[in-house]
Amino acid sequence: MANLVMTEDETMLADAARGFLDKSAPVKAFRDLRDAGKTHDAKMWKEMADMGWAGVLVPEAAGGSDMGHAAAGVLAHEMGKTLVVSPFLSTAVIAATALRNVSDARAEKALSAIAGGEVTYALAVDETSKFNPDATSMVATREGNGFRLSGKKTVVVDGGLADRLLVLAKTDDGLTLFDIPADRDGITRNAQNMIDARDSARIDFDNVEATGDDVLGQVDSAMSVLKPALEAGQAALAAEMTGLSAGAFGMTVGYLKERKQFGTVIGNFQALQHRAAHLWCEIEVTSSAILNAGRMLDEDPDNATLAVSLAKARATSTAQLAVQEGVQMHGGIGMTDAYDIGFYMKRARVGAEWLGDYGYHAGVVAKHRGF
Amino acid sequence: MQSNTELEGFRAELRDWLEANCPTEMRGGEPSEASVCWGGKNFEFESDAQRVWMERAAAQGYTVPTWPKEYGGAGLTRTQEKIFKEEMDRIGARNPLQSFGIWMLGPALLHFGSHEQKLHYLPPIARGEIRWCQGYSEPGAGSDLASVQTRGEDKGDHWLVNGQKIWTSYADKADWIFALVRTDREAPKHKGISFLLINMEDAGVETRPIKLISGASVFCETFFTDVKVPKDQIVGDENRGWDVAKYLLTHEREMISGGGQGLSGGRALGAVLNESLAEGQQMDTTLRAAAMRCEVDALSIGLTLERYKDQAEAGSGAGDASAMLKYMGTELNKQRHELLMSAGGSDALEWDGPLGKRPADWLRTKANSIEGGTSEVMLSIVSRRVLGLGA
Repeated sequence: MANLVMTEDETMLADAARGFLDKSAPVKAFRDLRDAGKTHDAKMWKEMADMGWAGVLVPEAAGGSDMGHAAAGVLAHEMGKTLVVSPFLSTAVIAATALRNVSDARAEKALSAIAGGEVTYALAVDETSKFNPDATSMVATREGNGFRLSGKKTVVVDGGLADRLLVLAKTDDGLTLFDIPADRDGITRNAQNMIDARDSARIDFDNVEATGDDVLGQVDSAMSVLKPALEAGQAALAAEMTGLSAGAFGMTVGYLKERKQFGTVIGNFQALQHRAAHLWCEIEVTSSAILNAGRMLDEDPDNATLAVSLAKARATSTAQLAVQEGVQMHGGIGMTDAYDIGFYMKRARVGAEWLGDYGYHAGVVAKHRGF
Repeated sequence: MQSNTELEGFRAELRDWLEANCPTEMRGGEPSEASVCWGGKNFEFESDAQRVWMERAAAQGYTVPTWPKEYGGAGLTRTQEKIFKEEMDRIGARNPLQSFGIWMLGPALLHFGSHEQKLHYLPPIARGEIRWCQGYSEPGAGSDLASVQTRGEDKGDHWLVNGQKIWTSYADKADWIFALVRTDREAPKHKGISFLLINMEDAGVETRPIKLISGASVFCETFFTDVKVPKDQIVGDENRGWDVAKYLLTHEREMISGGGQGLSGGRALGAVLNESLAEGQQMDTTLRAAAMRCEVDALSIGLTLERYKDQAEAGSGAGDASAMLKYMGTELNKQRHELLMSAGGSDALEWDGPLGKRPADWLRTKANSIEGGTSEVMLSIVSRRVLGLGA
C-alpha cells in the first residue's frame, strides 16, 4: 500500500507552483483570456516548460524533469485552483505517457519536443457524447504500406490549436493509435464554443493519409499505449478537479467570513457552517484518492486502474458538489458573470465528462471489486 | 526504516503464521455484530475456533499489533502494520479481538498513563482477559459532554464516586469502566473533570441494560453509589481528565469511522449484496447504482483513514480532522446497511430470519452517527476549528 503523505519534494513543488501561478495565472488571467476570445497562452506555456512542467513525465535523458505522476497531480491540482488554461493535461500528461510507452527514436524526439514546450498534442478518441474508447468506429483502412483515416471525432480537448493529434481508429484486428500532424491534408478542425471557454474541437477526417511510421506502438494494439496514457490523464484531471474544488471552496469560505446579513457575517449561521463543513469533508476524502492514484501510477502502473477510476469518480462528484454549494452560498452574486465562482461551475461540468464521467468510472470500480 | 528484504521476510513469516494459525471458520464470510470477539471475563465464545484464534493471536501480540511488546503488542511499525492488514485481508481473517480497551483506553493509557499503569492494565486488554466499557454520557450530558455531574469527593486515599452514566455500551458485560467524574465542582466545566478507572465488581456499582430498537441491549445505564476509587486509578492529572477524554474521543471517532469497511471484512459491498439476493435475482439498476456510489465512497474513506495513519507516523495526528473521519464513516455505514436491507427484501424483515442478525445490525448502525459525538457536533467541530467559522 502506497504511502499517502506528500513528500517534502512534493510540498515544495506545490508551494513553488502556487507562487508562480498566483503571480502569472490567477483567475483574472483566465477571465482576460476568455474576454479576448483566446484559449491558449503561448508565453505562459513556454514559462511552464522552462520550469520543467511540460517535461514532468519525460525522462531526463530526453530533457524532461521526470517527476512522476504524483507530482503531475500536484501541478494539476494547483492549476485547478485558479482555473489555469494550458495544454498540460493533453500534452505533458496524456501524450507524454503514450510516447513513453513506445520505445523508438522518434518517440524520444517527440518527448524531447514536449519537454521543451515546442509541440502540443490533443487526444482524438471520443466520437459520441460519452467517453467509450472501446466503441470506436472511425476506420483506418489499409492502403499499401500505410492507412487512410476517415471519420469524425468529437470533444478533442485542445484540438483546435494543437500541433499534433493522437487519433484512435479501427484497423483489421483491433484498434490502432496514430500520431499525426494536425494540419495534414483531409483534416478539418472545427473549434467549438465551449461552456468552460477552453479549446475543444470537432474534427473531420476525410481520407487522411497515415504511414506505418505514424502508428504509435503496434498496429491493432492501441491499448498498450493508450491505456496508460488515458489513466495518467484521468488521474491528473481528477487532481485538477480537486484543485478546482479546493479553489471554489476557498472562495466560498472567504465569502462566508465577509458577507454580512441580518447584522452578522453569514458564516455565523449554523445552516451555512454545516454545508461548508460537509464540503470540506468531501474534499478531504477525495484528496486521499487523488494522491493514491498518483502513487499507484508511479509505483505499480500495471495495476493502477482501480485507483485511477476511484480518483476520477470521487473527483467528479466532489467538484460538482463544490461548485453547486459555492454558487448557492454566494447567493445572487454567484449567478453573475462578473463574479468568478461561475467559471468553476462550468469547468467542473467539462471535467466531469472528459475522459469518462462518474458512471463510467464507478462502473470500473465496481467491476474491479467483483460486482 | 526497514529494508524491502526485511519487510518481505516479515510478510512471508506472517503469511505462514496466519496459514497455520487462523482457523478456517475465522476466515471469510460477513461478520456481524454477533460474531465479534470482545473478550473479558463474561464473554461467551461463539465457537472454539473463535477462542483459539484470539489466544493464538494474543500470544503473538497480534490482537494489538502496534502496541509495544512489553505491553502485550507485537511492536509493529506502521509499514509492518500495513502488511499485517493486507495479509489478514488476503485470507479474509476476522479481527481476533476487538474492544473498547483496544480502541480507546489503550491509546489513552499509552499516551497519558504511567509505566506501572501500562504494565498493569494493557496486557490483560491485549490478551482479551479484561473487557472495558466507557462511562462518558449522562442523562444531562449528551452532545454537551463536558457538563458531567457524576462527582468524586476527595477522601484522602480515594475518591467517593456518586452519580449516573448512560449509553455505557456493553457495561453489563464489562469488567472495568473508564469514566469522566467531576472532582472539582467550582472550576469551569472543562477544568474540573478527572478520568478514573473503576472496577465494575466494586460495591456500589450497578448496571442496567436499556432495551433498544434493535431488540438488543448494547447500551446500559450505570449507577455509582458511594463507590470508593483508589487514588492510583486515575489517568493523567487530577482535574485534567478532559484532555484524556478528548484524546480518546479522537481514537473513538477514527474507530467508529472504520465501521464502513470493517463490517464486511474488507469485502466489496456489491459482492455482499449479490450474495444476499434471492436465487436468480439480480440487483436492479437503482440498487446497483447506489452500491457503486457506496463502494467509491467506502474505498476513498478507507484511503483517508490510511492517509491519516501515515501522517500520524510522520508526526502529525488527525486532531480535529478525526471529526471528519467520524462523520463521513458513520454516515456511510448507515447507507451500507440501508442497501443491505434493500437487497434482503422481505427476508430482512424477520428477526433472526433467513438473514440472521441483519435487521438488528441495520438498526444498530443508526446509533453510529449519534455515539461518540453526533454528526451535527462533528460538523460544528469542523466548521469552528478547521474552517474558523463562527464566533
